[in-house]
Amino acid sequence: MKRRHVNKAVVIGTIGADAHMIGGWVLEKAFREAGFTVAFLGAVVPQQEFINAAIEIDADAILVSSMYGMGLLDCEGLRDKCIEAGLDDILLYVGGTVAAPIELEKNWPEIERRFREIGFDRAFPNTCTAEEAVQALKTDLGLE
Amino acid sequence: MSVCLLIDFGSTYTKILAVDLAGEVILGRAQAPTTIETDVTIGLRKALNELVDSCGLDLDQVENKFASSSAAGGLKMAAIGLVPELTLEAARRACLGAGAKVVCSYGFEIDKEVVAEIEAARCDIVLLCGGTDGGDKRVITHNARLLARSGVDCPILVAGNRVVADTIREMLEREGKRVYRATNVLPTLDIVQVEPAQALIRDIFIAHITHAKGLDKAAEFVGGPIIPTPKATLQAAALLADGAEDETGIGSLLVVEVGGATTNIHSVADQSPVTPQTVIRGLPESRVKRTVEGDLGIRYNAPTIYDFVGRDTFMTKLRALHPPVDGTDFDPDRHIDYLSENVGHVPTTELGLSADIVLAESAASIAVERHAGTARQEFSVVGEILVQHGKNLLEVENLIGTGGIFRYGLHPERVLQAALFNPNRPWSLKPKSPKSFIDRNYMMYGIGLLAEHFPAQALRIAKKYLKETKFEG
Ligand code: B12
Repeated sequence: MKRRHVNKAVVIGTIGADAHMIGGWVLEKAFREAGFTVAFLGAVVPQQEFINAAIEIDADAILVSSMYGMGLLDCEGLRDKCIEAGLDDILLYVGGTVAAPIELEKNWPEIERRFREIGFDRAFPNTCTAEEAVQALKTDLGLE
Repeated sequence: MSVCLLIDFGSTYTKILAVDLAGEVILGRAQAPTTIETDVTIGLRKALNELVDSCGLDLDQVENKFASSSAAGGLKMAAIGLVPELTLEAARRACLGAGAKVVCSYGFEIDKEVVAEIEAARCDIVLLCGGTDGGDKRVITHNARLLARSGVDCPILVAGNRVVADTIREMLEREGKRVYRATNVLPTLDIVQVEPAQALIRDIFIAHITHAKGLDKAAEFVGGPIIPTPKATLQAAALLADGAEDETGIGSLLVVEVGGATTNIHSVADQSPVTPQTVIRGLPESRVKRTVEGDLGIRYNAPTIYDFVGRDTFMTKLRALHPPVDGTDFDPDRHIDYLSENVGHVPTTELGLSADIVLAESAASIAVERHAGTARQEFSVVGEILVQHGKNLLEVENLIGTGGIFRYGLHPERVLQAALFNPNRPWSLKPKSPKSFIDRNYMMYGIGLLAEHFPAQALRIAKKYLKETKFEG
């Protein structure tokens, strides 16, 4: 799928009932410094709010953070809702401690596969740095 | 003596409040039916004559005149945004805070059908928003294109994505529309910035709408601009709460204004979470906020209130206020119909007065519940979290009732009581234990008019004349 245009805008937040937000802050700062417009939604963000924000700011990507291990459950259905909202070409990333730490270590390929299955373009383990996240998006948007 | 006349051309009555700015006292008040259909100054003259008769005022001593109006439908606006909870919500707030009535509002792309609705609504101003600055351009451009080709002939105020504002303006002007431009009501997702748009709405009202509503002669009499009545009340609320330069305010407050067609709620209180751990959702709330319920009013909309409450509850409440009703042939259905057909009716019997109170307390209860925020416990895998939407009014310090019912009503404190926190509906963040005041003189709009020119005097008069009231039990 090819995006029509690049607006250098991203939505960042921690999904579901998850109250961790330090990772989100770090990402927000890094993306701003890299020249992106950021809608930072904080923690405990419902799916619909990611979508609303993405529509208004004309985002290229939604960066979902999930720390408390329920990532798959919370993220399911987000892609479908995006399609419904006219955001069929938006990039969806997920990162953080998306599953129990031990699972992340042992079963990463399987976890990654399952996120792709529910429509995410990329999933990142908790070892991912903010710079790596910025770089990945720039690559996907064809910016560098 | 420095006499000042504060005039309100209301939908039903033209009201005048005379104050002496030197002595900081209310000299008197009078009213007469509004005559907007023929010549608005006829009703005005009548009210003036009554004022002279009732308080022996010498009109030659009048030094200042200020006026507001909600006649001829008030200020009617259409709000257009993108996402309903975001730019459309910000657009609606811009309208409400400017004293307008939002007669229609639309999110996402509008179509021919919507355009036909906007044309039929005969709005005074269309507010066109959508997209944060640098955000979505497509939808607001599409909507502007449709408006450009439409038969909408009122001024269009553009306050959306800055990046396309010029393009949109040109597009609309090319088709002969009158276009105004303000900064974006939602420049970024975490900043609601409605003041510039509101200032322009006020200017447009003065420049075009005064004339369109047949208020020229009134403006001539006053010798200055006329502003929308709800804006005046909102200004009074802000002044009363936050004070003027050398006069302190009374702190956070909620104003309940029950009218014949609508119920207005104004709050002046900072947004605060119910508990430090509470998660707040939705757009940031402003300290000064107005909402209006177009379906709740004790005359034109008495039937809607009655339908909400139901015949049985209505009768139970009425019986509690006025037990002898059972011995009469009072038929609530008929009475409600009568009220909606005789919108100028002022009850004289205890039964009629009590029925008005029941209607007004129901309207106040619903309207304040819609204005106040909510806090609900949400259960999650990691335990409970308290999620709050909208404004937390639990700790609001003052509650004020204004409108006709608070002037002539029997036990109007009951109406205010309905605005309080209800333990049976704990999620609704209504005030828990405010001091309560009744605007016996129906002066709030006048205080707001005065606030623009003589804030300190206006505030002292308001504080002097608001009557504190205690609730029974
Ligand atoms: C601080 C912390 C808290 C704080 C959070 C404060 C706050 N407001 O943010 C508090 C004390 C509130 C807390 C609570 C809980 N916590 Co906690 N917490 C942590 C801790 C110690 C650090 C997290 C952190 O902020 N790291 C610093 C940031 C910068 O790193 P990061 O979040 O990983 O983000 C980086 C990358 O991952 C990446 N990234 C993050 N998101 C995304 C998204 C995308 C798209 C991309 C590309 C990249 C990316 O970007 C950042 C780059 O630096 C972790 C353990 C750990 N070391 O990770 C546990 C941890 C996350 N918590 C855990 C748990 C279990 C909880 C609780 C359930 C505890 C409880 N029983 O009450 C609650 C949950 C409450 C809730 N409703 O969510 C577990 C989660 C286990 C799991 N996933 O299976 C962890 C892993 C601890 C553990 N080892 O058990 N926690």
